[in-house]
Amino acid sequence: MRRLRRFLDRFEPLFARGGRFEKYGAIFEMVDTLFYSPPDVTRGSPHVRDALDLKRVMILVVVAVLPCAVIGMWNTGFQANTALQAAGVDSIDGWRGATMLFLGAGPNPGSTYSNVLHGFLYFLPIYVVTMAAGGFWEILFASVRNHEINEGFFVTSMLYVLILPASIPLWQVALGISFGVVIGKEVFGGTGKNFLNPALVGRAFLYFAYPVQMSGDAVWTPVDGFTGATALGISAIDGMAGIASAGITWTQAFAGQIQGSLGETSAAACLAGGLLLVYAGIASWRIIAGVFAGLILPAVLFAGIDSANPMFAMPWYWHIALGGFAFGAVFMATDPVSAPDTLAGHWIFGLLIGALTWVIRVVNPAFPEGIMLAILFGNIFAPLIDHFVIRANIKRRIKRRA
Amino acid sequence: MEAYVNLFIRAAFVENLALTFFLGMCTFLAISKRIETAIGLGIAVIAVQSITVPVNYLIFRYLLKDGALAWAGLADVDLSFLGLVCYIGVIAALVQILEMTLDRFFPALYNALGIFLPLITVNCAILGGTLFMVERQYDLAQSTVFGLGSGFGWALALVALAGIREKLRYSDVPDGLQGLGITFIIVGLMSLGFMAFSGIQL
Repeated sequence: MRRLRRFLDRFEPLFARGGRFEKYGAIFEMVDTLFYSPPDVTRGSPHVRDALDLKRVMILVVVAVLPCAVIGMWNTGFQANTALQAAGVDSIDGWRGATMLFLGAGPNPGSTYSNVLHGFLYFLPIYVVTMAAGGFWEILFASVRNHEINEGFFVTSMLYVLILPASIPLWQVALGISFGVVIGKEVFGGTGKNFLNPALVGRAFLYFAYPVQMSGDAVWTPVDGFTGATALGISAIDGMAGIASAGITWTQAFAGQIQGSLGETSAAACLAGGLLLVYAGIASWRIIAGVFAGLILPAVLFAGIDSANPMFAMPWYWHIALGGFAFGAVFMATDPVSAPDTLAGHWIFGLLIGALTWVIRVVNPAFPEGIMLAILFGNIFAPLIDHFVIRANIKRRIKRRA
Repeated sequence: MEAYVNLFIRAAFVENLALTFFLGMCTFLAISKRIETAIGLGIAVIAVQSITVPVNYLIFRYLLKDGALAWAGLADVDLSFLGLVCYIGVIAALVQILEMTLDRFFPALYNALGIFLPLITVNCAILGGTLFMVERQYDLAQSTVFGLGSGFGWALALVALAGIREKLRYSDVPDGLQGLGITFIIVGLMSLGFMAFSGIQL
């Protein structure tokens, strides 16, 4: 490690102000602080001392999202292998097949190794493209606008990849993350200054710009000619009976063995990650609890309603297990930048998102899943929620003093 | 009843005058710097909109429409070419009356609204609401609900934009985008969020 420090120190003058590569100082700073905690202290007052800095926060979020990623890879591979087996294909075409053959795995849905590997080979190119395209914009803005490269992008890129369908064309991946990073974040001045979640902005942009590749029943499992709708897509048409006849059990849905985006299917993994985040004090448990309550309340209240719409009859525990709800509640809604800052605001914000998710799922036939747009809608009103909570506090205190 | 709730939601969220039709942009962008003033203007717009649309409906239905003057014995008179002039006149007159009423009975609110109250006369969202009413052939109850809903939706978008702009006061926007440029980007991103409602059917 000392050698690394000396190595970095030798190059530091080149990147410092006035050095030859002054323009690329942001990149040097990124590499340096990745390995070592910087000695700098906050300039100006007020000054907060904490062992936790932004870099550790972001890395902890990436660690918390890993279970989702791994189970998601397994599920993607499992669905693909199952589809291949059903089609009677025993070898995979292209570079994925060659790599799997080289590592001794075939399209066998019974083998965990083969499933995870197959899913990983779909995850990897999407992730690489996201890092390359998004990283390009990050570094460009950091060097031109003279601010530091922010670790927030690690989280954004990871979350963004996990909410994409596995069969998405790679150029769309690059386009979406570019839109998310530039329009969703960098035009406002970078991490901490945006008002929407950049990963969701990129995803929503793709959703409305290229609906064919982002929704429907042919995009979730990357096997040619295979169609399998998501559980929410099925239930929007046929209700719980449709889910039952598709052979999906609640345990499967909760564990993540269903059609869906790369890493969002497993509610169990999301909750495990959520526990870690709440324990570490990074995610607000109030927001997570609020989102869940906001969904569960209307689902219970309207469960008995007599309607031609079969989604009214979906019980709350199914709502939680299906789609990207748990992923959104744990990882997207809790984004500290785009959520409100006040504690009461956390509750209101969470309830709004949860209830709106239910509304979109049940009474909006245009979209089978609603958590993405519900969170964006909540983000829009987050500053307003804060404003009214603070106003109410001021009024209460004036009354107490009077 | 359900049809009216549906119409209200459609007017307020799905076909939000500010975020899907981009109507009333001048006031929308100019008066969204502070939440307090935005709320005042929002309430004024809701009031004006929910009065003008039904009043204009009555004028359209009983004076201007083809054959509307049948009650006066002039069954083949079509005055609908006078529509724009009449609607604007009604809006201006109503805003004047509202202004005088507020001045007389609610001076505090009148002072808070200040110049924004007369400015509502030239707000295209107000005229747009009336023209939509004519184009979509609403009846009296429908136009009342539509006026209330579209005014509410416009006000909601305005107040939300004001909240975001207050929050973004601490942001670091590139020089060329400061002011109106970034506001347009914010409004675009807001309409992305409002897409959540498109397609809602009760």
